[in-house]
Amino acid sequence: MSAVAVPTKPWAKRPQERAIGISFFLAAIAFSYFFVAVTEMKGKLAYAFVFFVAYGLFTSTFSFINRGPQAAKDSFVSTVVSLGAVVTVIPIASILFTVIQKGVPGLHFGILSNDMSMATSTDPIANGGVLHAITGTLTLVFLALIMSVPIGILTALYLTEIKGRFAGPIRFLVQAMSGVPSIVAGLFILSAVLYPITKSFSALMGALSLAILMIPTVARTSEEVLLLIPNDLREAGTALGGTQWRTVAMIVLPAARSGLMTAVILGVARIAGETAPILLLTGGGDKVNPNPFDGSVGSLPYYIWKAFNAGSPEAITRAWAGLLVLMILVLILFITARALSTRKISK
Amino acid sequence: MSDTALIPQPREISTEPRRSDKVFRGVVTSGGLSSLVVLGLIALFLAYRGFEVLREEGLGFITNADWSITLDESANVVESNFGLSAMLVGTILCSIVAVVIAVPISVFSALYLNFYAPAWLKRILVAVIDMMAAFPSILFGIWGFLVLMPSVEYWAKLINKYLGWIPLFEVEPYFFTRSPFVAGVVLAIMIIPIITSVSREIFAQAPLDRIQAAFALGATRWAMIKAVVIPHGRSGVVGGAMLGLGRAMGETVAVYTVLNIVFQINWHVLLGAGGNVASLIILKFGEASEYEIKALMAAGLVLFLLTLIVNAIANVIVKSTGKSGR
Repeated sequence: MSAVAVPTKPWAKRPQERAIGISFFLAAIAFSYFFVAVTEMKGKLAYAFVFFVAYGLFTSTFSFINRGPQAAKDSFVSTVVSLGAVVTVIPIASILFTVIQKGVPGLHFGILSNDMSMATSTDPIANGGVLHAITGTLTLVFLALIMSVPIGILTALYLTEIKGRFAGPIRFLVQAMSGVPSIVAGLFILSAVLYPITKSFSALMGALSLAILMIPTVARTSEEVLLLIPNDLREAGTALGGTQWRTVAMIVLPAARSGLMTAVILGVARIAGETAPILLLTGGGDKVNPNPFDGSVGSLPYYIWKAFNAGSPEAITRAWAGLLVLMILVLILFITARALSTRKISK
Repeated sequence: MSDTALIPQPREISTEPRRSDKVFRGVVTSGGLSSLVVLGLIALFLAYRGFEVLREEGLGFITNADWSITLDESANVVESNFGLSAMLVGTILCSIVAVVIAVPISVFSALYLNFYAPAWLKRILVAVIDMMAAFPSILFGIWGFLVLMPSVEYWAKLINKYLGWIPLFEVEPYFFTRSPFVAGVVLAIMIIPIITSVSREIFAQAPLDRIQAAFALGATRWAMIKAVVIPHGRSGVVGGAMLGLGRAMGETVAVYTVLNIVFQINWHVLLGAGGNVASLIILKFGEASEYEIKALMAAGLVLFLLTLIVNAIANVIVKSTGKSGR
């Protein structure tokens, strides 16, 4: 009989160490409970604070006794760093929880098939709905999409395929453009298009400003994707006698297809909930507006904004329901983008 | 039929691009230049619209705190005072509060993600944090107003109670609602995902051989981070913080919902009176007269230039660290 070598994992924690770790965790919870009960401090903040200080002190004292000052510092920093991660996640959890908790009562059967033209802010929840807001948001996003996607992808192609003289400055400008505040984009369209030319609110005006915000997202993500396409493919295309145009159109872009879809979806997620320029440019009507080039048009962010500012309890519930719808929209977009991109971009 | 037909004419070899390629390169280049055009047009149009007000107010547009306009019956301007200083101070105050809160938290969570978290947890957390960066700002604004603000006011009272002797934390009169501190906390929550993902990427570029060398010499995890990761990533984190600052300065809706706008310079973080250029535009836009709109355009120009400068510095810093790592 031959001996079978069992791989040992000297770095893995033994059950004993694991038990010590868990007991420290429990001890810190118990300690924070008693400490808060004994002293004047109160509230969730006090529990969390005492718990983390206690846990950090317990583990680092244990490490100090067993392994010296360096190990003590190390375990203390581990606690602090985990605290950072916990604090980062708490707001996300709170936002998701609140929106679902407060948004669900605002949902009803007609919400997706009614608009607000026949409902006021103090009406019962069952009156009215978000039809005008959803159609408006879809119109805005669609118009912004057809304007910004070609420009964004062309910019990315310039940076990756042509690599011309201006590649450096343009990369810099695209970065700068992604930092343009949304309200400034709104003011720009207001001053450059709405006042001198069209003189009325419309979905097109909103879409123009959203396109400005979307271009940099699309351009930067597409650039990353195109850089991942192996150069062998481009060389193969050229070696077969293809011109650069045909190589890019027939080989590079199809190879990057799912990545480019990701770029577009991330861009849409960026603009779907954008509020400030919408407030300046679209007028926020309460009826479904079939004409995207004239007349005020509602949208989800504007709907939420109006309901929130109306202030009555029904309106606030409507605002939360609107936020829930908007958040579901963004989540769907985001999850689709990630599902498409996991093959291409591994993070 | 002669033999010559079977022999193709020798093709002329040249490096001159074909016509299709010339068109292609032209189209792509012009598309690529669009960002330059858009940025240029933004500056041009806002300056053009705001020129009248800027000329009227001169340097006072930056240094005065008043924002008032008086019209007679036929909507002619009788008297107008436009000054942005209270708003600029407020903008800077809110965004600095945000950065001061967000940077340590983001750096810690980036360190946790890179060096402490198990692989499965890291994957989930990265997805969740990236998703948070895509949340619309109105969501943060309303959540901040209805859910977060009561707690933050309580924290502000605690800070005032124990640190009130520092001039920055003075509160007089005793009024904590809708203060720059509240806006700063909401902004901090908005920029944490951005700074975290920039820091995470910079930390991930820390040279692996040096990390392994540190461990081989018996360093603990923290000793390794102090010796290798932090020196490598320091300036990248500064750049990420600047990106967050730029984002915080330009944020409109989230700040507007939680900030009490007062046209008076206020450096006391916890006092419920603040200012913000972007929120000013939303606040005044609804009932603004034609002349006031011009002043708002000028305010937009100031905001645009401010964020442009902050972002440019940030990008230069981030880029230069990316290179020095290799």
